[in-house]
Amino acid sequence: MEFKRKPVTDIGIDETLNRVDEAKIKKAIDWVLNKETSARLKVFVETCMRCGMCTTSCHHYLGHNNDPTYAPAAKVKQTIWDILNKKGNVSKEDIKKYARITFTECNLCRRCVQFCPFGIDIAYLIALVRRMCCLIGVVPQYIYDQVLSHMQTTNMLWFRQDEWLDTIQWLEDELRAEIKNGKIPVGKKDAEVLYLAHGLEAKYMTGLITNMAKIMNVAKVDWTLPDTDGWDYTVKALYAQDFETMGKVIKTHYETAFRLNVKKIIIGECGHAFRTAVYEGVRYLGWQEPPIPYIHGVQLFYELLKEGKIKIAKKIEEPVTIQDPCNIIRYRGMGKMLRYIVAQLCENIVEMSPKDDHNYCCSAGGGMIDSGPPWKTARIEGGKVKAEQIRNTGAKIVIAPCHTCHKGIEDLNIYYKLNVHVKFLVDIIAEIMEIPEEMKP
Amino acid sequence: MEQFFLDPSIYTLARGPLVWLAFLVFLIGMFYRVFTTLKMAKKEKVIYPYLNLKYTLRSIFRWLMPFGSISMRKHPWFTAVTFVFHICLIATPLFLTGHIELWHESWRISWWALPVSLADAMTVIVILCSILLIFRRLYQQDIKFLTSFSDYIVIILVALPFITGFLAHHELLLEYKIMLTIHMISGEIMLIAIPFTRLSHMFMFFLTRAHTGSEFGAVRHSRDY
Ligand code: SF4
Ligand code: SF4
Repeated sequence: MEFKRKPVTDIGIDETLNRVDEAKIKKAIDWVLNKETSARLKVFVETCMRCGMCTTSCHHYLGHNNDPTYAPAAKVKQTIWDILNKKGNVSKEDIKKYARITFTECNLCRRCVQFCPFGIDIAYLIALVRRMCCLIGVVPQYIYDQVLSHMQTTNMLWFRQDEWLDTIQWLEDELRAEIKNGKIPVGKKDAEVLYLAHGLEAKYMTGLITNMAKIMNVAKVDWTLPDTDGWDYTVKALYAQDFETMGKVIKTHYETAFRLNVKKIIIGECGHAFRTAVYEGVRYLGWQEPPIPYIHGVQLFYELLKEGKIKIAKKIEEPVTIQDPCNIIRYRGMGKMLRYIVAQLCENIVEMSPKDDHNYCCSAGGGMIDSGPPWKTARIEGGKVKAEQIRNTGAKIVIAPCHTCHKGIEDLNIYYKLNVHVKFLVDIIAEIMEIPEEMKP
Repeated sequence: MEQFFLDPSIYTLARGPLVWLAFLVFLIGMFYRVFTTLKMAKKEKVIYPYLNLKYTLRSIFRWLMPFGSISMRKHPWFTAVTFVFHICLIATPLFLTGHIELWHESWRISWWALPVSLADAMTVIVILCSILLIFRRLYQQDIKFLTSFSDYIVIILVALPFITGFLAHHELLLEYKIMLTIHMISGEIMLIAIPFTRLSHMFMFFLTRAHTGSEFGAVRHSRDY
């Protein structure tokens, strides 16, 4: 069995490789091997018994008709083992292959880690190779563009500060059509909560901000949005393993919170941002845990429902199923909270199998959807398992509390003709919650 | 040891000084490997601050218990084979009458021994399991892809002392004393190889599980099994 793939062009990879030489490649690899890695790399590489227990845990392996080159340990063999065997003297062709494997055939979902008798952190090893590629400048163009945007604007889509303020103003206008005197506070000092939004929500999916505002108003949360750059919680630099930009973005979020003197940061339904803000980002900045609580949408809704701050008027009757986003379930154990919320909202829940922290990744996460159109096929093929899981539930609605899962499953829905609606919690809650009489316009 | 000085021969060499050498290399080598790993782990700021005893133990317990993890339940045959293989592999040499006699001879210590016929059966099991493991590497596509030549060598290194021990015990193929000498030498080679090959997983297992177990349990609030 050998590594066989259809050719795909991505200027972020191909063009960069035209520009760099082997010396630069070697330098980047040596830097990572000598300066940024230590015990984990050595032990993980030397302890893998090539037992294959991890093979069938990966949806990419299953989605590609059990092609051995997609197995988790095989992806490690074809990348970091190869680099170590060649002592870092690798060709441009090699780098191209490494970039393809690590960016577009692994979601860093860490499901395979749960299946390895030694707990070998395969996602860590894959990310390490991404880091090498990133230092060379070889990153899928769609990811790289977003990272560049983050470097300059701290948001993912080159949104300017005045556009942000403008957007929030007209969103507040719209909110008042539904909530009397509804408010979206911006830059309010000493508020209890700093709320951050997803970059896309400011431009294309504004309904998500309005719906969140509706919930915040009804639940009487003392909240504010930032009035400065740093309102976008996404951190696409995580996907490129560009630690420097990642650190800058996360630092901006926490600094904004300190400046506004809030007690906690709350974000909406997004997996990677949460994970970066509580793991990679804070660790990079030298904190052991987040300096102030960093709350995910699922945790927020759990509290609001549990404390009765929002009440549900009428539950959804159609069968629903739950997508467990890796970055908040396998990475933070929110499975029970998520199920509590969904049970409050829906009558008829049909679970996927496997579920909770053993769930399969949607195949869009970890940068795969952000690698953009050139790599869509890889993602859709890897998503076969997820599509089957959803089909087997017979559900009509998939609740996916993560932007990436949401979009990824929408694509799977079209390709595999699943006939489902993919929904965020925020949209469902805003739709079916009780709005007190005095708040109705 | 004295035997070798009284009557130097390959047999007495393998029976005396080489045993000591093998045990020394094994112990010092493993100690060195674990020590350097622990020291290297300090350089990575994200290991020690997150270590958690409770979840380390949970992780080790889950993975030492047969079918304790979802992964093992998904691979019932392989799990059964590896557990039987590892148990026989470790227990047979430790509780073999012949070996305990040697300990008694030089250190005046002894312990419970396996009945000879049981030890014999366990030896055969180790050999059969080794063959299964080799076949698995040869014929299961995903594992074949991962396997390199050294993986076969490692299995042979482990199987050889058992094969030769079995042959010597039943006085097959070669004269008893010659076979016994080969047996002792192969056992010594295996011991010496442990710190320097993938066989070191017998110790590294505990370190990697401590890290991953703590990360999953204490930080990620989810299961690593
Ligand atoms: S996609 Fe997930 S299961 Fe597959 S190799 Fe990557 S981390 Fe492991
Ligand atoms: S399960 Fe672990 S030890 Fe086995 S092949 Fe996969 S990574 Fe290696």
